[in-house]
Amino acid sequence: MKGQPLIRFSNVNFTYAKTQTRDGWQALKDVNLEIYEHEFVAVLGRNGSGKSTLAKHVNALLTPSSGQVLVAGLDTSIPEHVWEIRQKVGMVFQNPDNQLVATTVEEDVAFGPENLGIPSAEIHRRVTEALEAVGMLQYRLHPPHRLSGGQKQRVAIAGIVSMRPKCIVLDEPTAMLDPAGRQEVMQTIHRLNKEEGITVLHITHHMDEVIGADRVLVMDQGRIVLEGTPREVFSQAELLRELHLDVPQITDLGQRLRKRGLAVPQGILTVNEMVMHLCPSD
Amino acid sequence: MSIRLENVSFRYLEDTPMETDALTDVSLEIEDGEFVGIIGPTGSGKSTLIQHFNGLLLPTSGKVWVDGVDLTAKGTQLRLIRQKVGMVFQYPEHQLFGETILEDVGFGPRNGGLPEAEVVERVRRALAYVGLDFEELKDQSPFELSGGQKRRVAIAGVLAMEPSVLILDEPTAGLDPKGREEILDEICTIHKERGITVILVSHSMEDVARLADRLIVMHRGRVALDGTPVEVFRQADTLKSLGLGLPQVTELMHELKAKGLAVNTDILTVEAAEEEIVRVMGGQR
Amino acid sequence: MRFRNLTIGQHIPGNSVVHRLDPRTKILGTTLLIVLLFAVDGFIGYALAALAIAAVVHLSELPWRYVLRGLRPLLVILLLTVGLNVFLTEGEVIFRLWFLTVTREGLVRGLMMGTRLVLLIMGTSMLTLTTSPIQLTDGIETLLGPFRRIGVPAHELAMMMTIALRFIPTLLEETEKIMKAQMARGADFQSGGLMQRAKNLIPLLVPLFVSAFRRADELAIAMEARGYRGGQGRTKFRELRFQRIDAVAMGLSIIFTVVVGILF
Repeated sequence: MKGQPLIRFSNVNFTYAKTQTRDGWQALKDVNLEIYEHEFVAVLGRNGSGKSTLAKHVNALLTPSSGQVLVAGLDTSIPEHVWEIRQKVGMVFQNPDNQLVATTVEEDVAFGPENLGIPSAEIHRRVTEALEAVGMLQYRLHPPHRLSGGQKQRVAIAGIVSMRPKCIVLDEPTAMLDPAGRQEVMQTIHRLNKEEGITVLHITHHMDEVIGADRVLVMDQGRIVLEGTPREVFSQAELLRELHLDVPQITDLGQRLRKRGLAVPQGILTVNEMVMHLCPSD
Repeated sequence: MSIRLENVSFRYLEDTPMETDALTDVSLEIEDGEFVGIIGPTGSGKSTLIQHFNGLLLPTSGKVWVDGVDLTAKGTQLRLIRQKVGMVFQYPEHQLFGETILEDVGFGPRNGGLPEAEVVERVRRALAYVGLDFEELKDQSPFELSGGQKRRVAIAGVLAMEPSVLILDEPTAGLDPKGREEILDEICTIHKERGITVILVSHSMEDVARLADRLIVMHRGRVALDGTPVEVFRQADTLKSLGLGLPQVTELMHELKAKGLAVNTDILTVEAAEEEIVRVMGGQR
Repeated sequence: MRFRNLTIGQHIPGNSVVHRLDPRTKILGTTLLIVLLFAVDGFIGYALAALAIAAVVHLSELPWRYVLRGLRPLLVILLLTVGLNVFLTEGEVIFRLWFLTVTREGLVRGLMMGTRLVLLIMGTSMLTLTTSPIQLTDGIETLLGPFRRIGVPAHELAMMMTIALRFIPTLLEETEKIMKAQMARGADFQSGGLMQRAKNLIPLLVPLFVSAFRRADELAIAMEARGYRGGQGRTKFRELRFQRIDAVAMGLSIIFTVVVGILF
């Protein structure tokens, strides 16, 4: 981690304006954050913790009420920068049905590059590459409504990849998926992070999805309340439970066994790890 | 109030190129007062199956009896059956329509022809079951509530019919852990206090292992496994081949046993796993 | 669901000459057919038009039953048109049936209107059967392109069509789901008088609108996030190209329309 961060939040506050049906409320409180290129950062938090608001600040869908967000050195609150920022930071949303625009998979993946004014031949190349990267090439002519939830989200991701961004922000992309779909999406974004070097900001409330991340941020009531590696964060099981996050069974069990005096380290993440500690083989 | 399916098959879009078999030769009986979990990968026929329990779908072949009434017979009043077999769909808050919560939650009982005083009473009870206050909310618009509250109002809309069987299709999908836990607790309470049959479709092995006293595993439109959670989760290999997992703690016990540790693998909850591991390894402080 | 039988607007993929034509050729060809059907007045003209359509169906390699199936949902309209013309045209009485009078002129007119409608439906369904919605949209967008200067929002129209096509299946699915959910709560969408039935639809329509607006809102945000800012500076993934076969097809259609239209 060297040089300039790709994304920098400095003392960011954000307040939603009062509407007819809801009072105004402060969704981000004094957020400071730096994300470097090629990092995989996960943001955990319950509904209403401010994590989606944070995500929407990264590609200028929202701009701070006070403070500053810089993306590759560009201030998101300057309207002239927005266009360039959206080329650098793509965004995938929660509902797979409500972000696909076109009637076939390949047309949808082409939507972003078309907006960028890229020549037709180049779009064709990018569409093929992007669909290959998410493993959806054989579905290129399918209509989106015939795909499973996980497949739709992979198409949505391909639609961002084809714009060749430096960073993808995923705002609870797995919340509406079944376990198989969640796994597909998680594998896809990890591969993009490792192989294509794309910076990932993954927003979720599933704790098991933060396991492969370089860094985890935990949000509550608009603030970042915990930050560290997955293991560091998981070892705070009690705090996480107080924040209404669900601690995986295995982490919970590890903590209970420690209390009962067994030699189990803090922050166990997987079944395998637990087996290794309980039966240190040969 | 029992539900019985005999050799039920169901085909979507029969006689078109898109024809698909969604259920094949399913026979099963659900007894009064059971808490049944239905699990299976997406597309295994779970949703099709539960829609046969209240006559929203009628079998292409085979028979369905609810409380002794043959749903496939001509002239069966399916609307009466649906008052007794309540069904909460996925994302039920997407079906809210009423101007007030009283109107929305009272929709079912009102369709059942109950007098208004009784409807109001039922709405009050239903809202109480999902932890919402009748006096505070009855005149509010359901669209002004938070996501979790909308979900509860929608569930109350089914509870207000006071059905003897309650079917829920992934009632906690998309909720955060706190909302999830609260709704499952409420379902448990209703099951215990009112003694109604609960049929819960879920993707969470941890949840069904904890809550249900019987599991039905669906695969490609057939019943693959049917038994108590302990019996079903003993079939770890079969479940894996169907693309399903075990609760994390059960998986751990299986792994420990494979490593030669003499643990009981019929473990479904964190508490039981804790006790079992301490029992076996307790000496090695 | 009843909607599923509808052939109009349903594309059947294929690789025939007709499928491969540029969508613009097909749109213009269909327009010419419509003009022709309203220009000719006489059975010879209709017979020739029918022959032309039959030739196109043959070239498209589509089974006839697909083409004819498109008529089914419009049968009521068809019968109504024929019936009204047969019974309500005054002239030389052929026979009376209770209070209905059938005249020679009525019979001729009814048959003509019926034929015209059948040919119209078959001709336009040939366009939609052999052209994917995407191509159709592309075709309309490019054809309208020159009129942008006089304020025709060509790109916006095409985008609207695409989004509509994309969301029709989703919304149909959703309609079915909401209907079932309300039926599970004892809703009745079948019985009752007209007013009662309309009232019964509220529990279906309100959630459907709420959901459509939510979808629209989310889609707008997603499109914005993907750098959409209207048609300006936008390139196209698929570029339309006129082939020699298009020139031939266009030429034939124009000659046919002019000759048949003038002579009959």
